[in-house]
Amino acid sequence: MVKVTLDHVSKFFGKVKAVIDLYLEIRDGEFVALLGPSGCGKTTTLLMIAGIYKPTKGRILFDDEDVTDLPPKDRNIGMVFQSYALYPHMTVYENIAFPLRLKKVPRNEIDRKVKEVAKLLQIDHLLDRKPSQLSGGQQQRVALGRALVKEPDVLLLDEPLSNLDAKLRILMRAELKRLQKELKITTVYVTHDQVEAMSMADRIAVMNAGRLQQYAEPDELYNKPANLFVAGFIGAPPMNFIEGSIREVNGNYFFDAGVFTLKLSNELGELVASKSTDVILGFRPEHAKISLIEKPNAIKGAIYVTEPLGRDMVVNVKVGNIIIKVLTEPNPTLTPGKTVWLIIDEDKMHFFDKSTEKAIV
Amino acid sequence: MTSSSYRRSKRSISTRRVIALLRSLTKYLVVIVVAVIPIIPILLMYGWLLVQSFSSRVVLGLVPSGLTIENWKFLWSPVKMGLKTYPNIWPITLNTLFVALGEAALVVLVSTMAGYALSRMNFRGRVALMQFIIALHAFPSVILLIALFIILNKLGLYGKGYLTLMGIMLIKAGLDIPMASWIIKGFFDSIPWDVEWAALVDGCTRWRAWRSVIVPLILPGIGAISIFSFLSGWSEFLLVFTYVKDETYYTLPVLIYHLIGEFRFINWGMLAAIGLFYAIPTLIFFSTSQKLLLRIYVGGIKR
Repeated sequence: MVKVTLDHVSKFFGKVKAVIDLYLEIRDGEFVALLGPSGCGKTTTLLMIAGIYKPTKGRILFDDEDVTDLPPKDRNIGMVFQSYALYPHMTVYENIAFPLRLKKVPRNEIDRKVKEVAKLLQIDHLLDRKPSQLSGGQQQRVALGRALVKEPDVLLLDEPLSNLDAKLRILMRAELKRLQKELKITTVYVTHDQVEAMSMADRIAVMNAGRLQQYAEPDELYNKPANLFVAGFIGAPPMNFIEGSIREVNGNYFFDAGVFTLKLSNELGELVASKSTDVILGFRPEHAKISLIEKPNAIKGAIYVTEPLGRDMVVNVKVGNIIIKVLTEPNPTLTPGKTVWLIIDEDKMHFFDKSTEKAIV
Repeated sequence: MTSSSYRRSKRSISTRRVIALLRSLTKYLVVIVVAVIPIIPILLMYGWLLVQSFSSRVVLGLVPSGLTIENWKFLWSPVKMGLKTYPNIWPITLNTLFVALGEAALVVLVSTMAGYALSRMNFRGRVALMQFIIALHAFPSVILLIALFIILNKLGLYGKGYLTLMGIMLIKAGLDIPMASWIIKGFFDSIPWDVEWAALVDGCTRWRAWRSVIVPLILPGIGAISIFSFLSGWSEFLLVFTYVKDETYYTLPVLIYHLIGEFRFINWGMLAAIGLFYAIPTLIFFSTSQKLLLRIYVGGIKR
């Protein structure tokens, strides 16, 4: 088990800057997710840790050893690819045994280890089959077995669950997490699915356009997003964003969105106003309440459409030309066209600077 | 609803069925005219070869009479060609096999590596090289005869029996390797990078990944180019005809040419039998590997 450090790593493909000045520390035994939209550089980062791409700038350290120039075979890593990349001409047994055969492990020990891993992953009855005879979930386990059998220092997972059906994905999510905690292997997990990242990882590195946006624990990412991108990317349904400005009238602070005005507490108003007056207000759908009667400092709007989700319901409320999503308990009286008032929890409000998009509060 | 579609829907179901039937009939008719009829003369020629080789006398070109294996006796008894007499046809067949197998081995060895490099490695002038390969293939090899003669002579491979055949093997391989590399490149292209990366992560060097993981996956492609280069060597006429002067080292195509070419009395029956004998490898290959060959001509590999 090792600690992995990406020391100001960049990767350029010609003019395309895939990863820009990334600094990331992954602790020994930690489960870190690289999260971001497609094309954000997360897979490139993973391939650099694997040694398949060489960074254009910067260094990669395993513990204190500089591995930047080491080929993949000398890094002792296990990797599961999105496509699983099993060897179609080998049986499951041969696939799992392949890394050990390359290490010249004695035959009887290979046999013991392959069977041990197969048992751990519950694929011991499939050892004689070819990959083409397996289901997606089974192939995924074989790929995982092949990565684990050599007892790697670092386990790299590139969207391993994205080719599974929804039910199996949820099952494997828990299983992967349990396995990682049990084996205590330093793990880097690439995904574009924020639910996967939030539910599995110890820490999440959110990336966008080649740059690290925020590196924090799931809670912090959710409650204290560092910028507009992270705020919008984490959480479903996504956070509501409303552009506006902060105005001070007779010592009272207001957020003015044009179509409505919201009075802020002096404490919050002062804090925001001291940083910027052109701001974006953000709040999560679950942090607003719907009222059927007028309340002080509530936003008046009309229900535009409702999306029932079973356990709860997303209500889209139209205020002027802005649509605000609110998560509530199912309520049949909320029908399109109805006038409602929105009360936003001030403690859960986020303010972002409009020009830098960085979080103020 | 527009007026025309309204009218159409008023036609009775049976009329529409007849029209559909006529349409598909026409389609089949076109296919038959375009695809099947041109094959008939070719099939007739093969039929003639078969009938001729097993009969003592042929009436009107196609009707056999008198079943005999007299024409096939070249398999075990002497074959006369001008002043030269061979004990039987096998030494010549061996010469032909020598050229064909040697060429196939060389082509497979070089083009699997070259194809990998063209498909997977980034080097300066890669695209230019690939375009050049195609351009090179457009020139007929006849124009190289004199230059190649000089090279063979300088290398001391002219007039040296098997060494000359080896020289021809080298020339043929040299001429076929560009196209074979191009074909095999398509097979390498179809193998996802993930698989190769997985091999590297599992502990392979690039060479080992190529050998243990990538090459086994393109076996169909290797099969295809080995067949096509074998047949290319097997049917080579011009180079052997030009460079080999000693009859001992003739190959089958040249033997057949001399059987027809130089003497007034042609034993048509034996000629047909030798022709058929000469076609056997081709027949075997094409009947066992149609799918492979379709893949290379239709392009790429589909799983």
